[in-house]
Amino acid sequence: MILSLSIYAALAMLAVAILLNLWRLAIGPDDTDRVLALDTLFINTIALLVVLGIHFDTTVYFESALVLALIGFIGTAAFCKYQLRGDLIE
Amino acid sequence: MLIELIVSFFLLVGASFALVGSIGLARLPDFFTRLHGPTKATTLGIGGVLIASVIYFSARSAGLSLHEALIALFLFMTAPISAMLLAKAAIHRKVTTRSRVPPRFER
Repeated sequence: MILSLSIYAALAMLAVAILLNLWRLAIGPDDTDRVLALDTLFINTIALLVVLGIHFDTTVYFESALVLALIGFIGTAAFCKYQLRGDLIE
Repeated sequence: MLIELIVSFFLLVGASFALVGSIGLARLPDFFTRLHGPTKATTLGIGGVLIASVIYFSARSAGLSLHEALIALFLFMTAPISAMLLAKAAIHRKVTTRSRVPPRFER
């Protein structure tokens, strides 16, 4: 009872956080703001997947959360490398 | 019952820290302050949610469930790196700081 209530509360808070990230992604004045919003969006999505894994009582979501963590970091690092060096693979 | 209470506590702590980080991302005035918000708060939020998941699945099945610690380890290693790379990219792009101006939402 307590657990399902707090799962719903956590899902609601994470949904609001993802909406705020999407808003910053839409209005961000610079490209770095948008990439930072994407990075935060990845992290919040990982948290959402883990909470959904507790809710549905399954362990399927671990792998997708891990893959999302990898892809989020690689995307941010690739953007920053591109900005700093003007090229990805020199 | 005690396990449920502990899992609920960590879930709520983690989710509220993630929410605070995203509010910081949305509300703070310029890029460098916005960089500060989510990189601290969301790693703590992820930490809380993952601790809740570790406790829940360890109590659920026999033995310790440490899949989530892998995600936490990876995120704790990469979050400072990506924050530093973003700050360097922003300096390179000459993103202006507006630390003496009231928030941009007033215009």
